[in-house]
Amino acid sequence: MSSPIPLLSSLAAETHVPVVSPGTADGVFSLAWLVIVLPLAGAAILLLGGRRTNAWGHLLGTATVAGSFVLGLLMFFSMLGREVGERQVGQHLFTWIEAGGFTVGMDLLVDPLSILFVLLITGVGSLIHLYSIGYMAHDERRRRFFGYLNLFIAAMLMLVLAADYLGIFLGWEGVGLASYLLIGFWQHKPSAAAAAKKAFVMNRIGDIGMSLAIMLMFVTFGTTAFAGVSAAASGGSENTMNAIGLLLLLGACGKSAQVPLQAWLLDAMEGPTPVSALIHAATMVTAGVYLVTRSNFIFENAPVAQTAVVAVAVVTLLWGAIIGCAKDDIKKVLAGSTMSQIGYMMLGAGLGVAGYAFAIFHLLTHGFFKANMFLGAGSVMHATDDDVDMRHYGALARAVPITFLTFAMGYLAIIGFPGFSGFWSKDKIIETAFADNVWIGVAATIGAGVTAFYMTRLMLMTFFTKERWEPGVHPHESPKVMTIPLMVLAALSLLGGLLLAGNWITDWLTPVVGEAHHEHPPIPAWALTLIIVVVVAAGVAVAWFTIGRTEVPREAPTDVSVFTRAARADLYGDAINEGLVINPGRHAVTGLMAFDTSVIDAAVEGQASGVSGLAMVYRKVQNGFVRSYALSILVGAALVVAVMLVVNAG
Amino acid sequence: MNTEPYILLSAILFTIGCVGVLVRRNAIVVFMCVELMLNASNLALVTFAKANGNLDGQIAAFFVMVVAAAEVVVGLAIIMTIFRTRRSASVDDASLLKY
Repeated sequence: MSSPIPLLSSLAAETHVPVVSPGTADGVFSLAWLVIVLPLAGAAILLLGGRRTNAWGHLLGTATVAGSFVLGLLMFFSMLGREVGERQVGQHLFTWIEAGGFTVGMDLLVDPLSILFVLLITGVGSLIHLYSIGYMAHDERRRRFFGYLNLFIAAMLMLVLAADYLGIFLGWEGVGLASYLLIGFWQHKPSAAAAAKKAFVMNRIGDIGMSLAIMLMFVTFGTTAFAGVSAAASGGSENTMNAIGLLLLLGACGKSAQVPLQAWLLDAMEGPTPVSALIHAATMVTAGVYLVTRSNFIFENAPVAQTAVVAVAVVTLLWGAIIGCAKDDIKKVLAGSTMSQIGYMMLGAGLGVAGYAFAIFHLLTHGFFKANMFLGAGSVMHATDDDVDMRHYGALARAVPITFLTFAMGYLAIIGFPGFSGFWSKDKIIETAFADNVWIGVAATIGAGVTAFYMTRLMLMTFFTKERWEPGVHPHESPKVMTIPLMVLAALSLLGGLLLAGNWITDWLTPVVGEAHHEHPPIPAWALTLIIVVVVAAGVAVAWFTIGRTEVPREAPTDVSVFTRAARADLYGDAINEGLVINPGRHAVTGLMAFDTSVIDAAVEGQASGVSGLAMVYRKVQNGFVRSYALSILVGAALVVAVMLVVNAG
Repeated sequence: MNTEPYILLSAILFTIGCVGVLVRRNAIVVFMCVELMLNASNLALVTFAKANGNLDGQIAAFFVMVVAAAEVVVGLAIIMTIFRTRRSASVDDASLLKY
């Protein structure tokens, strides 16, 4: 079932990291700028046009993204027809910053890596735009929603098409802004407003790492362009490269909700469901994986940073999976799952040349099946009057058959059911992990089993078991405009594995990430695949026996084990943040305030009151008696004369 | 020309005026003492003018006289008004403007 591992290539132990040196853009590639500008223009028209655009705003928003998708497809096919060496294309738009010897151009880079992202972002983005037409139909601020979505797409495309770390940073901040606006889209809910702020602040922490990394790059290499940095990276000292790598990882952790900056993602589910599907599952949260893969020339020279990526990834993939097991909110289960799956991608990216392609492969398949499931969850919520509690679902398979069938495709893909897209991509990452270190592989395999458990739990509680609907809820299937995107994504969840056919994806990405030399895992690949499938089956079975065969209570039971309680509390992620950062910060601020009032203010105010006290004494001189004033004038005049006499005599 | 007696006289007159301003309470008397000081300084001015042989001091004395005349007009008017309202010409009584 698993593809055979090429033999003998492990002899090529010398790691070759390709240098970014794009050719000039011609043909359809000269329109690369339009890919970003189309959705940007859409956002501008929708957000500046105001109420006039209400009637057709959603159509324009969808059309701009679809236009970008068509352009992306044209570029992709044009690239397919090119020689391997000519697939990197750069387009210089204008000089962005010029200060002395420091120049940053607004350059775009279209290469095998970025074109895959362009297709994912605009393709899944178009489907989600289409879905949102139906999902947001009754929201009076729908036009603004599409404006924000377009803004997000434009920023995300900027992020993946930039040929310079500063360009990435521009997109990076842009998606952060769009994410903030969309999480807090229902701003009348205090919880949504708070979640938006939380996401924004936690992302800022990551952004500090990102900006420091860029500054360090500039200091070390004198440039922040991929071309310059990748050419000079192998000459940098290992400590510097490790520092840059670790700082980039901090940025990636913030954006991709990896431990220790993971806490915002679960709250981000306050946003409308299409937002969760597009931003917090398929595209934006994978930007960290893109960053690590794109910076392969840095990480290949930074062994400590690379190890750190793996460590973060393993912790996160288990962390997210455990959270997913205990949540009753369907979107939070999916959010925990997203966290965990991005952990898998990070793991692939952290494993170096052998893993980059599989990380991107898993990223793409995850984009399909997770967007599919999020939209499916949205469809279920649509059917049950926006209820997100799975304890109020049950037996929905018959009420919403299309949603159920499409969701099932996503479910089978994520647990890694043989043949589905997730099977191929996750299998490859676990295999690479085993080849690197057995324990990492074991952790990843356990993660796969836990994934199977919580996803089966979700499926059973939502679509099977007995009805536990709220009174007055009559589930109904969603309109076509919502189910068609589901069907397309379901097909992609099923067929996404074809990207691996004949090792296509690894060959395709070789010009960007370098030639992979496979190491042999300690056990044969087929046995490994078998073990993974058995572990997954065990996870499914446990879920079936604990949930499928028993009565699901409508209220969450409170007499649960300490582990369940920890998982329900997001493994105390918020408590850790509060204990380690927020409270010490508060105490520090309180201390500083006390110092300010008792020392600095006291000194200043003491001076003032001393002066005014003296003045109280001296003002008695102003007694209102003309004769005493005359005396003081006389004394003064006598003094002046005396001084003059002394001075002149001297 | 021996200026000493003139200057001595000027100093004596100035001192009398000074002491008068400081010790007397009646506004009219204080006023007169001020005039005395002005005239003492006038005497000194014209004495030095004569001694130096130029007109600077005399011109200054004219200015002092003009100012003194103007001051008498305003000052006496003020003293009259105060006396009318307070039935007293004592400078110590008019001590409202203080701390």
